[in-house]
Order: sequence, then C-alpha cells, then structure tokens
Amino acid sequence: MTEQVDILEARPSAWQRLRDSHLWHSFVTDRVAQLSLLVFVAFALMALLAPLLAPFNPYDPAQIDILNSELPPSWEEGGDPAFWLGTDAQGRDLWSTILYGTRISLTIGLCAVALQAALGIVIGLLAGYFGGRIDSLLMRFADVQLSFSTMMVAIVVLAVFQATFGTELYQRLAMLMLILVIGIAEWPQYARTIRASVLAEKRKEYVDAARVIGLRPARIMFRHILPNTLSPILVISTVQVANAIISEASLSFLGLGMPVSQPSLGSLISSGFEYIFSGAWWITVIPGGVLIALVLVMNLLGDWLRDVLNPKLYKG
Amino acid sequence: MIAFLIKRLVQAIIVMFIISLVSFSIQDNLGDPLRELVGQSVSEEERQVLREKMGLNDPFLVQYGRFAVKALHGDLGTSYFFKEPALQVILHKLPATIELVFGATLIIVLLSVPLGVYSAIKPNSLFSRAVMGFSIVGISVPVFLTAIGLIYFFSIYLGWMPSFGRGETEPVLGPWETGFLTVDGLQHLILPCISLASIMLPLFIRLIRAEMMEVLQSEYVKFAWAKGLAPRRIYFLHALKNTMLPVITVGGVQIGTMVAYTILTETVFQWPGMGFLFLEAVNRVDTPLIVAYLIVVGAIFVVTNTLVDLIYGLVNPTVKLTGKK
Repeated sequence: MTEQVDILEARPSAWQRLRDSHLWHSFVTDRVAQLSLLVFVAFALMALLAPLLAPFNPYDPAQIDILNSELPPSWEEGGDPAFWLGTDAQGRDLWSTILYGTRISLTIGLCAVALQAALGIVIGLLAGYFGGRIDSLLMRFADVQLSFSTMMVAIVVLAVFQATFGTELYQRLAMLMLILVIGIAEWPQYARTIRASVLAEKRKEYVDAARVIGLRPARIMFRHILPNTLSPILVISTVQVANAIISEASLSFLGLGMPVSQPSLGSLISSGFEYIFSGAWWITVIPGGVLIALVLVMNLLGDWLRDVLNPKLYKG
Repeated sequence: MIAFLIKRLVQAIIVMFIISLVSFSIQDNLGDPLRELVGQSVSEEERQVLREKMGLNDPFLVQYGRFAVKALHGDLGTSYFFKEPALQVILHKLPATIELVFGATLIIVLLSVPLGVYSAIKPNSLFSRAVMGFSIVGISVPVFLTAIGLIYFFSIYLGWMPSFGRGETEPVLGPWETGFLTVDGLQHLILPCISLASIMLPLFIRLIRAEMMEVLQSEYVKFAWAKGLAPRRIYFLHALKNTMLPVITVGGVQIGTMVAYTILTETVFQWPGMGFLFLEAVNRVDTPLIVAYLIVVGAIFVVTNTLVDLIYGLVNPTVKLTGKK
C-alpha cells in the first residue's frame, strides 16, 4: 500500500516535467529562440491590447484630420510629436494604424491556420487510418491542389469573388474571405504530414489494443493516434502562420484583401507605395519592417522547434 | 514506360478538364455577355429572343460543350476591353512573363547550387552561417517588399536602375520581343528578376543543403572516401547527383509557383506581362480575358508538372515506371 502512494507521489508535476524536458533545456540554452519568443509575445500583446495602446482610433473618422496627412515621424524634420511614427496619406496616426493592422494580420493568420489544421487533421487521419481507396483518392486530390500554388489559387478565387460581388460588398467580407481562402488552399500541408505520422503510429501495439477492446475508429483516431502526432503539427503550424501572414499581406497588397479603411499591414504598405516616389517613405517602410520582424521571429521559432522536436516531415 | 506516360497524360487531361469546367462556370456567372453586346437600350422581349438565339438559355452542359469545342480550336472569346481575341491578348503578353521567370530561374540555379553545396560541406564555417542566416531572412520577406526595397534603393536613392516597364525590346519571332538583347532591356530585367528570385532562392538553398547533408551521411559516400577518391569527385560527381533528385521535383512545382508570384512582381514594376494584364482584367471585369488567363496558366502548371514527373521517372532508377508503388 505504501509503495503505491510513493509511486503516485513520485510522479512529477506538469511543471516539473516541462523543466526536465529536452524542449525546455534547449530553449534555455538558445539565445535566438528566447529572443524570438520575446519579440513574438511583444507583437501578440501589441495586437491584443491595440485599443488600449493606440493613442488614436484609426477607424473613427472623427479623429482623422486630412490636414495631418503625410507627416513624417517625429524625429524627422517637420514631424509632429503627437504622431511619433508620422501619419499616412489619409492623416491617420501611423503607430495606431500599425497596432490595429498587426491585430488584423495576426487574426487572419491564426484563424486561417486553425482552419487549415482542422481540415488537414481530419483528412489526414481518415486517409492514414482507413488507407486503401479513400487514401489514394484524398492524396491524389492533395497532390493536384498542391501543384497549383496557394498564391495562384487565392488570387484567382478572390479576384473572381471581387468581380462578382462588386468592390463594396467585397470589402465588408474581405476578412472572412481571406481566412477561408488561405485556410482552404493549404490543407494538404497538414493532411500529408498527419497521414505520414498516422501510417507510422497505426502499426504500433497500442492501436491494436484499442481496436481489440472494441473502441470506435473515431475515438481511436482522435483520442489515441492524434496526440502522438502533435509534434509535427506544432512545427508546421508555426511556419504556416508565418506563411499565412505573408499570403494575406501579398493579397492585400494586390488590392484583393483588406480595404484601406480597415488596413492590415499589407494594405497599409500598398497604400504607402503610391507615395514612396514623392518621398513619404515611412508609410511603406515602417509597416514593412513590422511585417518582416513578425514573420521572421515566427520562422526562427519554427526552425528551432523543428530542430528540437525533429519530427519526420513530409518532404517536397 | 508507356504505361507510366499514359497514366500521367490521363491525369493531366482530367486536371485540364476540371480547370476548363471551373473557368466556364466563372464565365457563366460573371457579367452578362448580352449587355456587353447590345447595351441597356434593347427591350426585354428582344433580349429574350437574342438570349435564345445565342444559346444562353440552353442547359449548362450544352453550353459547356460549345465552350469546350471552341476552346479546343483556340477560341476563348473576345476581350471586352481590347476588342481582340482573348487568347491572342494573353499570348501577346506571355513572352514578357516568361522572360521574367527565365531570368529569375537563372539566378536561382546559378546561386542556389554552389551556396547550398558549400553550406552542406562546411556547415560550421562563418560563410555557411551567413548564408543560412540570409536564407531565413529571405523567406520572411514578402516578394513585394523585396521589390519595393530594391526600387527604393536602386531607383530612387541611387538612381542606377529603371523602376518600371520593360525598356527597349528587340523583335525575335512573331509576337515575341526580347529584352535580353539590348542594354536597356537588360537593365529593366535585373530588379524584377532579383525580386522574383528572392522568394525561391532561400528555399532552394535550404533544400539543397538538407539533401546534400543527408547524402553525405550515406554508405556509398563513405565507401567513396574509403576508396580514396578526390574530395571534388565525391562532392560534385557522386553526392551531387543524388542531391538533385528531390530538387528536380520541388523545382518543377516551384516554376508554377513563380508564375503566381509574377503577378506581384509585375504589379510593383508595372511589367507588361500576363499577371499585370490579369489584375487589370479583374478590375475591368473583362470575363473572357480572366477565363483565358486561367486556362493558359492552368495549362502551364499541368505541362510543367507532367514534364517534371516524366523527367523524374527517367532520372531516378528507383521509380517503377509501371506506376505501381
């Protein structure tokens, strides 16, 4: 009896297990990973607290004065200390607009990847677990979809929707459309990786055991196999969010994404690009820098996770 | 071999069929051909008669059949804006886009192979670290920002390079005019090609490095070392051969991806190619042109993917050409 209690007590807490893990150890020793996480958390806080941090509300026309347009940052000649990063062509405070833009970019990136993951996980589990015809049909479908680049599919779909709906209605739906298009276009990335992991896991004895005690396939797939494929999911998710943010920015830059009245980082850069030749570099360069920094830290974190967790990712 | 070929061709045809179906349903739902033809002033009854005569009231499949037969004869309708056959308008702009992709591919191939191989052979050297650092930054910069950065620095700040258009071009063959033969044309090509290459170059460096490092661990390379072969022979003859196999597959897919990114590059540089034309067509709701672009680009994707599969089948002896895995 006492022995059992000992065993129970000896089981370390979740925190203790994290402290002892390989992941924690490599994080503590890796400066780049620490810095990246710090910057990413800073961005996430900026996005989350944008309404509190921003001195102005860029969506409120009453706070925008066109007379303030194209003011340079406060350290440049002619800058106004009220707008420390300057203003854009419509007279909006650039710092506030960037805060709200980061919020939109991150929201779209995270929601789109959540959609990709949901689709990809279900399809990958089905293909890997059942095999046979379902598998070859789904994977052929994934092959064909992957052979058309996401950008191409997204541009075409959004362009056609814009032409059908008309610009006004489209601008109101832009955020939803971006999430749907980026979300649906990239599911094969997840599906292929999950399928490969499922094929490896399926042969293991715990799956046989679960089947022998008569569990339903859905339960085996989601409660038994899925938790064992988490490390590849974690690794691709980081990189996929970075990619989704880039895709969103590119689509917005082409005028197929967020409208200028409610700009993401991409549409802000796009609106600034018209003024770069007249010397107003800050409207393009500052949001551009924010976008690059945001994507870069996520890619660095993704690289670090991949090196540490070292999952078998689908190549190509 | 023939079975493999046929299987690939059948797949390509199915994909083209789906693309044409999608294109046709876009044409069917987007805009009204009758209004483009006769304007607003015609009465409702006359409209109905015209609709009947033009076959716009026929079932979807009948209309699709007509569209497909015409498309196979190269007739994809007339552009509303240019008043010329849509296919001709697209093909007229095709050389500009192809030259852009070609220039970018050249940069990628010339740089990624040596850099990737070097950073695999000497993974700890300072230069390799710099290359890997550059590649992760490169992946994180969207292509339109690279383009804007290049324009800002080289065109506005230094004033060395032109910032838009193709410059002087020389006629070569039919509608094909090249910018590769004039100094002015080459100057106009440099910045757009670098921007377009910037998105793929880091991916290829990382891919080649990873594959090469894996190959260098394999038994046959160890055996080659034991045999006392010269390092150069081992790296560039024995190891590189097997490194390039996966690179070919990824490369083929990426050529298609580059066509998508030309839309971005062409927009920034106002390059008179297909991508720029497509965005203009979207803004003007020029349906026949949109459809023609979809079909031409779809065909480019399908042809490159099929070719890559075939080349891969020829180069890699372990692929069973009968198609059974």
